[in-house]
Amino acid sequence: MFACIYSEKLEPDLSLAEFAYAFSPLVEETKPGTVVIDVDGCELLFGSAYQLAQEVARRAKQSRDSGGLDTSVSVAIAANPDAAIHAATRLDGITFVSPGEELSCLGEFPIPHLDYSLVNLEEEVAAEIFETLRLWGIHTFADFAALPVPGIAERLGQPGVRLQQLASGKTERHLKLKQPAPVFANSLELEHPLVELEPLSFIFARLLHQLCAALNSYALATNELQVQLQLEDQTVHERRLSLPYPMRDHKVFLKLLLLDTEMHPPAAAVKTVSIACEPVKPRVLQNGLFVPLAPAPDKLELTLARLAKLVGEENIGSPALLDTHRPDAFRMKRFVLPSKRSERQAAIGNQQHLGLRMFRPPLRAVVETEQGVPAQISAWGKQRSVYGKVVRLAGPWRTTGDWWREDRWARDEWDIGVTSSNKTSSEPPALYRIYRKLNSEMWFVAGNYD
Amino acid sequence: MRSALSKAEIESDIASRFGDAFRIHEKAAPETLSTGIAEVDTLTGGIPRGAITEIFGPRSSGRTSLLYSLLAYATAHDEICALVDTNDVFAPTAAAAAGIDLDRLLWVRCAANLEQAFKATDLLLHAGGFGLVILDIGDVAGKDARRIISSWWYRFRRTVENRPTAIVVISEEACTRSCAALTLELHGTGEWSRNLLNFNSINVNRCRPFAPVLHESQFRAQAIS
Repeated sequence: MFACIYSEKLEPDLSLAEFAYAFSPLVEETKPGTVVIDVDGCELLFGSAYQLAQEVARRAKQSRDSGGLDTSVSVAIAANPDAAIHAATRLDGITFVSPGEELSCLGEFPIPHLDYSLVNLEEEVAAEIFETLRLWGIHTFADFAALPVPGIAERLGQPGVRLQQLASGKTERHLKLKQPAPVFANSLELEHPLVELEPLSFIFARLLHQLCAALNSYALATNELQVQLQLEDQTVHERRLSLPYPMRDHKVFLKLLLLDTEMHPPAAAVKTVSIACEPVKPRVLQNGLFVPLAPAPDKLELTLARLAKLVGEENIGSPALLDTHRPDAFRMKRFVLPSKRSERQAAIGNQQHLGLRMFRPPLRAVVETEQGVPAQISAWGKQRSVYGKVVRLAGPWRTTGDWWREDRWARDEWDIGVTSSNKTSSEPPALYRIYRKLNSEMWFVAGNYD
Repeated sequence: MRSALSKAEIESDIASRFGDAFRIHEKAAPETLSTGIAEVDTLTGGIPRGAITEIFGPRSSGRTSLLYSLLAYATAHDEICALVDTNDVFAPTAAAAAGIDLDRLLWVRCAANLEQAFKATDLLLHAGGFGLVILDIGDVAGKDARRIISSWWYRFRRTVENRPTAIVVISEEACTRSCAALTLELHGTGEWSRNLLNFNSINVNRCRPFAPVLHESQFRAQAIS
């Protein structure tokens, strides 16, 4: 038996489906304001089907009084869901449609109230059939049900037959069960605040395992983990782990989370741990036979996290050039495996580009000039030094830019060849790029041609 | 003669049980990665995968030019590359001009911390999947480079053995000792034309560890305008 609970409210009524879950886990939300539940097996809880319908009506009234449901509901019980829907939508209060006697209840309903969407008919097709029936003088469900099936099939086709079955209250179908909205969040309140990372790792492992199991059951993955730690000092420590690719491996998540917690430890002992994730479709990848091997995404993420812990997050990634003429302008962006094949063409040739090794920060230099050109250079730094006689030079090239900003630049650049006094005369000079700041007249070594 | 015969007899007796266990197998030639420079490829046969290659020489000897060429060729052929930059000397602008696909390059800057550089290289090698891992210690002082313990090099060599990853070490002095499968010593000479640094002519000597120079070649790197 099936019970239909109908609310006149036209807006999607989420509370009606939740209300129906109190009676059966098998709930179909047919349309906004209409739900059907399978009441078979509920006898031990609510008694007969009619008693269940009474209970539904009583609880609905109770709920309306307490502000839960904001409209009145009608309940109909029938042997098939479609008959229950028709009865509930047309008749107020409680209706019980005995099996096999559907027409005695539905027979007087006018044809236009036939809910053609229940048999998956389009509006135009249904309107055409309704018009034909009107011209035939068929006005009620009972009239329609009385017509011979072969004649209907001959004249109106299968849509007509399906509509006739619907009018007779004899359709058979399974409920399209509404799945409760999955929740991809877990939380655990601890009995004692945790100070150390090791015991916290067990809590993380447990929550992540549950989270990944939930993702797995829905064939989903996640590309963002949200971790919230309630601390003993009443503050909240929040972290967001963004992943470039959707994953659902709890071991990888645990390692990433532990590395992140080590890098960004909470300020006080942890009282409550909450982990949530954003579910997304898993990544589907077809590797090419002739594409070189690339690091596995999960291993790469772990390696990047470990490297970030080792050298700092700002020191790892892919360099991205900035849209400016400022010398050595770049930013570090997160390293992500490229999804497309490289469009660049590289040919084996004998003419290559001259490499440049930047000195960061630039090396402050003392330059002696003769007639305005560098003749001797001396620059000392912690890691490197440049000193000697300038034996070859080229330049200057003046570059300026960003004059409207505080950090504008204006400088004269030179390429120089320097021979140290320690070197033998046969050794070739080392090549450097030096520059003089125009505003301060100070000299710097920008880098070394190599 | 008698002992040799008896050895052959014994081997033939037990050969059926042990298959070709007594036959000495020739080690297959390693796969190589082109440097993108015809002269260097002819001289070396390319950078061997699954092994360490050391490129060393003084400043302005052409190590970085060779590195750019190698990276440009590898990234254009869809290899994922990693550069462990000990002294933070990599110039992205010059690298992009040299044709390197920066999206395929993982750059790790180690702020002159040699220990960090070696640990980072180790992590990258253990992650696997990189076609080329470059450890740039070209600006590390000679005394520090000489102090690098050999176990690091042995560890790297063992890690990449039988894997498609090539390790390239850029240094000022030879420091990988016997662990490198290929060693290239470079010397450069700047070529000037009036007020322009035109080229850096680079001599490449191919050496084996602890062995005299075997071959020599030359290529030129053009200044980026």
